Amino acid sequence: MKKLLLGNQAVARGAWEAGCKVATAYPGTPSTEITENIAKYYEIYSEWSPNEKVALEVGIGASYGGARTIVSMKHVGLNVAADPFFTLSYTGVNGGLVIAVADDPGMHSSQNEQDTRLIGRSAHVPVLEPSDSMEAKEFTKIAFDLSEKYDTPVILRLTTRVSHSRGLVEVEDRKEVPLKDYTKDISKHIMMPGMARKRHIFVEQRDKLIEKDASAMPINNVTYKDKKIGIITSGLSYQYVKEALPDASILKLGLVYPLPYDLIEEFSQNVERLIVVEELEPFIEDAIKAKGIACEGKELFTLQGEYSANLIRKAILGEDAAEVEGAEGLPMRPPALCPGCPHRGTFHVLNKMGLTVTGDIGCYTLGALAPLSAMDTCVCMGSSIGIAMGMEKARGRDFAKRTVAVIGDSTFMHTGINGLIDVVYNKGNTTVLILDNRTTGMTGHQNNPTNGKDIKGEPAHEIDFEPLVRAIGVNNVVTVDSYDLKKLEAAVSEALEFDGPSVIIAKRPCVLLDKAFRKPPLKVNHDKCTDCRECMSIGCPSIIVRNGKVEIDTTLCVGCALCARVCPSKAIGRSE
Amino acid sequence: MSITSVLITGVGGQGSLLTSRILGTLALELGMDVKVSEVHGMAQRGGSVVTYVRMGDEVASPIIEEGGADYMLSFEMLEALRSVNLMKKNGKIVLNVQEIDPMPVIIGVQEYPKDIKQQLKSKVETYFVDALSVADSLGDARYVNTIMIGKLASIMGGDKEKWINSVKQCVPEKSVEKNILAFEKGYNL
Repeated sequence: MKKLLLGNQAVARGAWEAGCKVATAYPGTPSTEITENIAKYYEIYSEWSPNEKVALEVGIGASYGGARTIVSMKHVGLNVAADPFFTLSYTGVNGGLVIAVADDPGMHSSQNEQDTRLIGRSAHVPVLEPSDSMEAKEFTKIAFDLSEKYDTPVILRLTTRVSHSRGLVEVEDRKEVPLKDYTKDISKHIMMPGMARKRHIFVEQRDKLIEKDASAMPINNVTYKDKKIGIITSGLSYQYVKEALPDASILKLGLVYPLPYDLIEEFSQNVERLIVVEELEPFIEDAIKAKGIACEGKELFTLQGEYSANLIRKAILGEDAAEVEGAEGLPMRPPALCPGCPHRGTFHVLNKMGLTVTGDIGCYTLGALAPLSAMDTCVCMGSSIGIAMGMEKARGRDFAKRTVAVIGDSTFMHTGINGLIDVVYNKGNTTVLILDNRTTGMTGHQNNPTNGKDIKGEPAHEIDFEPLVRAIGVNNVVTVDSYDLKKLEAAVSEALEFDGPSVIIAKRPCVLLDKAFRKPPLKVNHDKCTDCRECMSIGCPSIIVRNGKVEIDTTLCVGCALCARVCPSKAIGRSE
Repeated sequence: MSITSVLITGVGGQGSLLTSRILGTLALELGMDVKVSEVHGMAQRGGSVVTYVRMGDEVASPIIEEGGADYMLSFEMLEALRSVNLMKKNGKIVLNVQEIDPMPVIIGVQEYPKDIKQQLKSKVETYFVDALSVADSLGDARYVNTIMIGKLASIMGGDKEKWINSVKQCVPEKSVEKNILAFEKGYNL
């Protein structure tokens, strides 16, 4: 039977069909739906881990314990998990261990465009790359087999367009795979120098063995057509090449590390012009050039963003495809905090107070954009607190009196907590605002350790921020309603003056989560309105100007009344 | 190798995902190969959202590029204009006439273009639909999606029952009847 599945759903299905028993992840676009869909299979234990490092460590334990296991994350998540990942390559696996990593060329929802294939190579871990949903499912199953055959973790490398495109998938039944025996083996599972040196020999041999076998693997295959142009490609670029150059000969790589050099050598001899088409880094190109095989690649293509059939046609054939002229100079439409978002009032206050704000990763990063413009930095998950601490240590206590760190509930549990420990231990005075909206918002509302529900929505222990941060050693702790701007401002002012670290928990559920929240839309009373435009300073998408007057778009307004609270003339009220 | 490419444009939260799911289901009903490319994550928070649906004998790329769209279904005026360069010259646009101000307009840095209708008409054949008014007459703004699908169906053609079947499979069970009514309203506009 064929089903129309998202690439990520197909990975979940593949894991299920392959007899996978344990799945862990931290949510991150574009990888999130893998584990969301796995959570629907009762045969597989699944969890949202607090971060990718823990997710991989639980995955390693499950694999050592003999179960087929999948761990999923976005590309930058693998940085968090890099510590266990690099050494896992040495220990190898017991039950098959697949690490699904979704890269984001074009940065639809990310802070950089790093290329996971390079990390696979530096850790000597094989990397498989599917090009559509059908392959996403099949390659997941192949990844489990390769993992067990070669005693190695395997990366299933996805990109946004593969993860978030739907395609037809032939689905099959699950094949149960019995737990492998667990045997204590310190030469394999304890990586002290003496053992690790021996395992490094194994890793090098494993690389060579897979490289030798790769040329005969059916996932690496050649289609000869016109031999004037020969393309080496993988992943989604393969689909673009098929559309752009339907007559070209193609070597499609399913395994991009280790590379099948025998097959590549043979292909290169059979075509006149050899071109590598790959998004992001010249990964395949550099490797085959190092083997002395001449080819074209990044002299034709950019390192940045996503490719397309048109881009390939233009680069190789010089052909343009546009038929209709586009419109120039249109207003951009960046994403914005939703109407009713509890973060909006917080950033309005921080903007008004003119503070330096170190930010973090989540919906609330949108507080950086105009007109809220209340964020100075955003680097990686959990970074806000450390960066605020560093600023204080560089610029002194007075600077800290004008600086706050903002971080979401899930991001705080991810890696923010370590930053707070540093502040307490090393005598910082950082003021931290935990923006607790009771969910992991930006990735689509996943539960987390602080909202009392597990991945399946079942009750779980709810970690309480107040006693948690008090136990770390923060003495000035207060919880305020995110909608209560006066209390929030007072709490921030007090915390900035407080000698020692402070934590303010600005708490209110995400408005999208709280279905019962929606209230009648608000309305502007034009008799009272002085046109001061203070209400426009909160950056609510539903407050607009029509015919020179401020109006509220009733199709967007959810009735949160933040605008009414900031209006100095009391000109905004309920429209009932 | 004939492929029909349908572009769906709008603002995050307007329901592009439901619309693309209905079109994907339609392709399955018709026994075609299909690929749908969606936007998740940050771009959904009120930003520009572009979704691609491509159906035919064999579909390789999931995305629609310049000069590639046979049809565009747009939920918002400015977003239709933004993606007009993806249209084929003989392509057709079905456009909900709603205007949603983007943040640069709200904060007064830029103006919302005033001549979108004329610009679009001068470039590609465009059908303007006031789906929001029709939806209001049905008692819920959320029916905009199926009204627009109905209008698109009347322009794309094909077996109407298959279209309705696809709608049925994708909307919540309790609102199937209302959605079919909305589809019919759109179809007959």
